[in-house]
Amino acid sequence: MTEPVAPGSAPEPEGAAPPETIAARYDLMQRAGGLIVPVITALMAFVIGGIILALSGYNPFTTYWEIAQGAGLNWFGHLTTNTANTSAYNFAQTLNYTTTLILTGLAVAFAFRCGLFNIGGQGQYLVGLIVANWIGVSLAGLSGAAHVLLAIVLAALAGAAWAGIAGFLKAATGAHEVISTIMLNWIAIYIGAYVFGQGGPLQGSQPSAPISSPIVPSGVLKFFWGDQTLGGVNVGFFVSLAMLVVFWAVLNRTTLGYEVRAVGYNPDAAAYGGISVRKNYVLAMAISGGFAGLAGGIDMLGTYNSIGFGTLDVYGSSIGFLGIAVALLGRNTALGTGIAAFLFGGLLYGTTHGLTTSAIPAQLTGNLTLIIQGLIVLFVGADVLILYLWSARRKLRRSVPRPRQPEPEPSA
Amino acid sequence: MTTTAAYGRLRPSRLTEPRSIAIYGIGLGALACWLSLPPFTVRSVLWPVLLGLLAAFCGVAALSRGVRKLGWGAVAAGVLGAGLGSLALQSGTGNLDQVFSASIIASMLVFATPLTFGALGGMFSERSGVVNVALEGMMLMGAFFGIYGSDKTGSWFLGILIAMLAGAFMALIHAVFAIHLRADQIVGGMAINFLALGLTGYLFFKLYHGGNIPANIPRIPEVNIPWVENQRFIGPAFGNLNLLIWVAIILVPLSYVVLFRTAIGLRIRACGEHPRAADTVGIDVYAVRYASVITSGVLAAMGGAFLSVGFVGTFNENMTAGRGFIALAALIFGNWRPFGAFGAALLFGFSTALAFRLPNAYPWADTYATLFQTLPYVLTLVAIAGVIGRTIPPAADGRPYKKQ
Repeated sequence: MTEPVAPGSAPEPEGAAPPETIAARYDLMQRAGGLIVPVITALMAFVIGGIILALSGYNPFTTYWEIAQGAGLNWFGHLTTNTANTSAYNFAQTLNYTTTLILTGLAVAFAFRCGLFNIGGQGQYLVGLIVANWIGVSLAGLSGAAHVLLAIVLAALAGAAWAGIAGFLKAATGAHEVISTIMLNWIAIYIGAYVFGQGGPLQGSQPSAPISSPIVPSGVLKFFWGDQTLGGVNVGFFVSLAMLVVFWAVLNRTTLGYEVRAVGYNPDAAAYGGISVRKNYVLAMAISGGFAGLAGGIDMLGTYNSIGFGTLDVYGSSIGFLGIAVALLGRNTALGTGIAAFLFGGLLYGTTHGLTTSAIPAQLTGNLTLIIQGLIVLFVGADVLILYLWSARRKLRRSVPRPRQPEPEPSA
Repeated sequence: MTTTAAYGRLRPSRLTEPRSIAIYGIGLGALACWLSLPPFTVRSVLWPVLLGLLAAFCGVAALSRGVRKLGWGAVAAGVLGAGLGSLALQSGTGNLDQVFSASIIASMLVFATPLTFGALGGMFSERSGVVNVALEGMMLMGAFFGIYGSDKTGSWFLGILIAMLAGAFMALIHAVFAIHLRADQIVGGMAINFLALGLTGYLFFKLYHGGNIPANIPRIPEVNIPWVENQRFIGPAFGNLNLLIWVAIILVPLSYVVLFRTAIGLRIRACGEHPRAADTVGIDVYAVRYASVITSGVLAAMGGAFLSVGFVGTFNENMTAGRGFIALAALIFGNWRPFGAFGAALLFGFSTALAFRLPNAYPWADTYATLFQTLPYVLTLVAIAGVIGRTIPPAADGRPYKKQ
């Protein structure tokens, strides 16, 4: 019974549920709930978060209002471009987080559409950071545009290569991409800790501080709102918005996107139709990693400028993981990912650095973000729960039972 | 495993077949390296090279009889053993004593224990057909609630029990979503990780303001074995180990017996390999899976409790720092088997211990010690890629089962 079988020839368990890929499930959810389900999902998570707040003795309503202010949402009340204004400054920070989250979210979403679960966004993001720092610090002689372009493109390529390892292993040996991306995450974290750490090749001029050198001026991204040292918003924000369009166009308007989606819905059918499943696994992972690497590049050249324990810490960073929640909440679509990234960007900043109230410590609300993130991922993953809620609602409304799909016969 | 196969294991001819020869080769390679390290500290280049050659010879012998992977392994072990052994001769005995003293074995066991608990826990869950990437979260819950329980009850034993309950609670959430709601098990597992990170962090700041954990928390005691304690070499290695380390070591054969030699184990494996068949013969697949996932949460939480109540004596935010994922790696590297997982945990524990100790004696190692930490992950990547041996997950691992 437990004698090993050669990989690839592992028998399909005949009694198991019909093979459903993540993308096929997602499609089912899409048809079932449309826009309402993610909204309900997010609301449920926020309500449970509110209950936790209330149980620990804080007023959930005022706390959420403080968080919204911390995210700079009151900026809409009195629009100003001066980042000396607190609400404008907070809103700028929210946009910075949104930039990163759009890209790390797209990294997860693109792989999802090919039926792959890319947990390695964090590692691909870090690899992008490392490469962007290396280029941004070293090639001081280049002109501005060339320097920035080279660093950004190489960062994206590094992310693509890092994810491509997982895609290649999946295509060549059938190794599960979740396991390989988890492993690649930690390898990237320790490589990051090594290169920026004591005596590492990218450590800055202070011999005792594990901090990288700052990016040379020619490599810094252009800031269109505010100043770099004061936490302004750089052109990377528009790059990430453009990537939303690219994501949509590639998936829906190109042959590549068609093949990726076909493999995502049903790899067997796609293979039968003449699509190379292996090629698409590698390509989808590489493109997906490219988004995350790009996020790392933009963060390095724009927002952070140097990496270390003072600014951005290799161990402490978790923005790549947040991309999972962003993509899942955004239903793996371009528009959804953009909105979810803004929500989480605001939440991330509003609960940590942006929070100014003394009523609740920022460490508590910071962890509240993690709880809400976990709940959202948990609920989104439970499509049966959502389908059940949805069909119960429909039944109530129409009192006509939906025609049940015939159960597929288990293959003998 | 049929009875004939079980007897076949004892036949003398098995000791001379090519596979065994290759395994001797790997052993000789390890010995070649070890001889020049304490406690033997042989200071002659002859022995490492001789044993290394012998190991490589065994490898070639196995290769010529068609045992390719193990054969190459033996050749590599011979070359590495001879090389590392000779390299160690270049280093002073004092430095070697500092790094490779007998306490490195104790240190290895300390680092391997949380991994062993986690990997054994993950094995129960995955053998029953539920993927468990939530080991990290369950371990973290165990780490926090172990400290909280010990602090509030004043007893380390109750602390561990509370930690186990907390792990079981997290596992129950995972089980409900994975089994009844048929959610994607990997998505659900990642959600549990985020949730545990947030919950423990929240409670840590709410209850302890982020660091005021009393210093006099009752710790899990160490087991002093009077006779062993005074022995040379084994004394510092095994004489004063934490109670939970022994529990972990005992759990390894125990879970082997439960999983592969009892009816319960057969049921668990049946649910993981072929749930429909298990259902047909009257096994309650859901019940078995629930029990297995909760067992996995309990075990992972014990690993976390060892970390906080046993080893460090306090709690920090995100204390497990990826150990749950290394446990998962150990489980996969060990091919979903108890002894394999334990062996992998020991290997990963040794690499961590080495990474901590090398810089003490050799300043140049300070920079590279961080890179050493990637070893578990790189090895696991190599293992799942099928380069060395085959990793075969249970056939129905990760597939939700729908009752008919």
